Amino acid sequence: MKIRVHVNGEAQAADVAPRLLLVHWLREDLGLTGTHIGCETSLCGACTVHVDGRAVKSCTLLAVQADGREVKTIEAMGEADALHPLQTGFWEEHGLQCGYCTPGMIMSAAELLAANPSPSDAEVRHALEGNICRCTGYQQIVDAVQHAARLARERRA
Amino acid sequence: MPVKPVHVGQRIKRREDPRLIRGLATYTDDLKLHGMLHAAFVRSPYAAGRITGLDARRALARPGVAGVFSSDELRGRVGPAPCTAILPGMNHVPYPLLADGRVLYVGQPVAVVVARDRYLARDAALDVEVEIEDRLAVVDPEAALAAGAPKVYEELASNVCWHQPPEPNPRLDELFAKADGVVRLRLVNQRVAPVPMEGRAIVAHWEEGPQKLTLWSSTQTPHGAKQQVAMCLGLPELRIRVIAPEVGGGFGCKIPTYAEECLLPWLSRRLRKPVKWTETRTENLLATTHGRGHVETVEAAYTKDGRVTALRARTIADVGAFASMLGAAIPTFTHLLACGPYAIQAVSWEIVDVYTNTMATEAYRGAGRPEAAYVIERVMDEVARALRLDRVEVRRRNLLAKDVFPYTTPTGATYDSGDYEAAVSKALARFDWERSLAERDRRRAAGELVGVGVATFTEICGLGPSTGASALDRRGTWESAELRVEPTGAVCVMTGVSPHGQGQETAFAQLVADAFGIGLDEVTVLHGDTDVVTHGVGTFGSRGLVVGGTAVAMAIDKLVAKAKKIAAHGLGTTPDRIDFSGGFFTRPGAEVRLSWGDVALAAHLWNDPVPGEEPGLEAVARFEPPGTTFPFGVHLCRVSIDRDTGEIALERFLSVDDVGNVVNPLLADGQRLGGIVQGLGQAWCEQVRYDESGQLLTATLMDYAMPRAAMFPRIELDMTCTPSPLNPLGAKGIGELGTIGATPCFVSAVLDALAPCGVTHLDMPLTPERVWRALRDAGTSR
Repeated sequence: MKIRVHVNGEAQAADVAPRLLLVHWLREDLGLTGTHIGCETSLCGACTVHVDGRAVKSCTLLAVQADGREVKTIEAMGEADALHPLQTGFWEEHGLQCGYCTPGMIMSAAELLAANPSPSDAEVRHALEGNICRCTGYQQIVDAVQHAARLARERRA
Repeated sequence: MPVKPVHVGQRIKRREDPRLIRGLATYTDDLKLHGMLHAAFVRSPYAAGRITGLDARRALARPGVAGVFSSDELRGRVGPAPCTAILPGMNHVPYPLLADGRVLYVGQPVAVVVARDRYLARDAALDVEVEIEDRLAVVDPEAALAAGAPKVYEELASNVCWHQPPEPNPRLDELFAKADGVVRLRLVNQRVAPVPMEGRAIVAHWEEGPQKLTLWSSTQTPHGAKQQVAMCLGLPELRIRVIAPEVGGGFGCKIPTYAEECLLPWLSRRLRKPVKWTETRTENLLATTHGRGHVETVEAAYTKDGRVTALRARTIADVGAFASMLGAAIPTFTHLLACGPYAIQAVSWEIVDVYTNTMATEAYRGAGRPEAAYVIERVMDEVARALRLDRVEVRRRNLLAKDVFPYTTPTGATYDSGDYEAAVSKALARFDWERSLAERDRRRAAGELVGVGVATFTEICGLGPSTGASALDRRGTWESAELRVEPTGAVCVMTGVSPHGQGQETAFAQLVADAFGIGLDEVTVLHGDTDVVTHGVGTFGSRGLVVGGTAVAMAIDKLVAKAKKIAAHGLGTTPDRIDFSGGFFTRPGAEVRLSWGDVALAAHLWNDPVPGEEPGLEAVARFEPPGTTFPFGVHLCRVSIDRDTGEIALERFLSVDDVGNVVNPLLADGQRLGGIVQGLGQAWCEQVRYDESGQLLTATLMDYAMPRAAMFPRIELDMTCTPSPLNPLGAKGIGELGTIGATPCFVSAVLDALAPCGVTHLDMPLTPERVWRALRDAGTSR
């Protein structure tokens, strides 16, 4: 099936099998391997990307369902010299160890901060319920998101 | 005079992170090689049975399927799967790479399909018809020991894999005879799944031209994998390169070299194409090693003033359907650490490793030590209950005094150093234990179920010396480091540890940068590639800094020694008169000095040769640990329980740990926080469950309950510092503290909360259902 998707700001046209998962299209056809697969059942959140600005689990979405939409992945969140506040937050606060869950965590947290620029710790933890991290115990992830929230508020001020 | 360290001891953010936070790191599944094929496994749907037929014709008829292979193609050519812990007297049955005539557990690979893409490979795998005559399985390790139980291996006399009988111990008998009391407990340390967020993933690429295999694998031990694959396939080691690229967590389950890691190279060689396999999460839960799976029965003799004098215990360890690399040996660590931080005088520990029709168990964060800590901490709580003493007070009466070190336990472990009372005092003051008890009592009086918990513990890190290694291991417990200095003075570190989140690219750079007075950006740390790091052992058992870091420190010393010779030549003096600090070589009384960069350049330029020396500046070192280190800690927590639902709320958790000297407190915090939550996961929610027929009930993350962010309060951390005398860094190891201390601490708090209802025992995990049932049975849920 033919699809047209804006991925990280670039128009992409492709002919894909109806059953091709969005995450496989992103990773294997477009080479965007920053989005990871952790469970194939939308329970771990490693594959979280933005579709039309909403955080979704790309392991349980078909590529054809992204037709006509805007998809954003971790690769488009920031540049080496212009990191996204969440990328800075995760780096500064040691919000990652093995790094496998990190792109999904950042994409989920970005959705939270867009809706709630000053979340409480409890709100951060609630927003990340759909993302599993086995390494950090979450505390430094919470700190990372709060760090990013502060940075984003300062940038706006 | 050494100058004050610039980087060591600082909270320096990680040098690994820029690639990880931008999605630019390369994990194994990210690799795409020209012509690469994809493997999919046909796995046994039965826990036990005889394979009576295999028909792959439909699969092979699909265009794009390159081949379907079963044990028929492998028999006599390749295998069995590696196993290094074949203990003396063990009933070891070699485990084939693909099931050979029989299946032993649900998820065992029976056949492998290789195809053009992963969707096709999975479709074709579903087309392979395997006929299995199933038979009765045995799943419970205690039931497996019963007379007449179905046998996992018909050729063995029983399901016993290995037996360490209790040794006659007159001293122990005497202590039990003299005891004022004896507590008896039966404790289930349930089977759990490691669940690294990246499952196993393998790419094997045999190149016919150079006759070389490159194996990318998500492993904790690339050098071990190289040797094990070489032995399994009969290939010379020099023809194998193993690369552990970015690895998404391990926790023990990526220590062993798996059948799949041996099979994919064979397939690549046979098909002359690179072959990839990435496990699904269900495969990960079915067929990647599990942890724990012990049943411990213990009797503890105590005096009326609360001193535990002797332990008599038995571990029944569920090794699963086959002995994984280290699986059968894990319970020996439980025995070794039986005494914890306490002055116990005699121990008898029987171990029965039992085969069952389930996935193999292996090292899992703590590997035998969490089981030991859980036993002795539950014993301490029981003694306190029996004597109506405060649980902390009982522990204090039993803790080893700080002047006894080095201290050898009755089980033969030699503790390097410790000051347990200091950690206890600090923790109690910070938690305000007395006030917590009063507050608990006040809330109880108001009708709440509230409890506080405690665990004091020690553990074993940085295993060594190598005298315990067997020929099967092919390597000891040392670790390697190589430092190569560029003409600019920049230093490349090649370490034999294989970090996958621990942060050694940063920590080792801190050590090196301070040693030579250079910036962190002038150091690079390479690991996880056997063609780059010639020899190494890997990352497990909290050994990264303790053993790997010490090897780096030794290589630094060697480099400094040579650099001093070069500097002395340049400064017109002898090396013994050269002082090197802060990046400068000086001669006492002289103004002229040479920088680290000057000496590095001189070493490479060599236009002013130093007599008796070779050009260049590099050093190789291996650190052989003279003994193991024993970090320790005190964990305290508070919980409340909802009477109506059995749900537990963790209200507070404090961890005061002593890991010796710390190179990077930011990373140390991360190791501790992650370990604590993982330990709480076992206590609270995690359990691998099989039904009676051996079907895995927890085969997705919907069914296997992982700890999630909203379950936890802000965990409080504090430290004491008792350096280890066994290595120049004074480091003790940190990775597994959390899973050793947090688990019994949480259970202690929950049982304290339930004590007013008359509940004195629960087995983990303390799920709402289990707590609610206990309350219902106690008749107090309303």
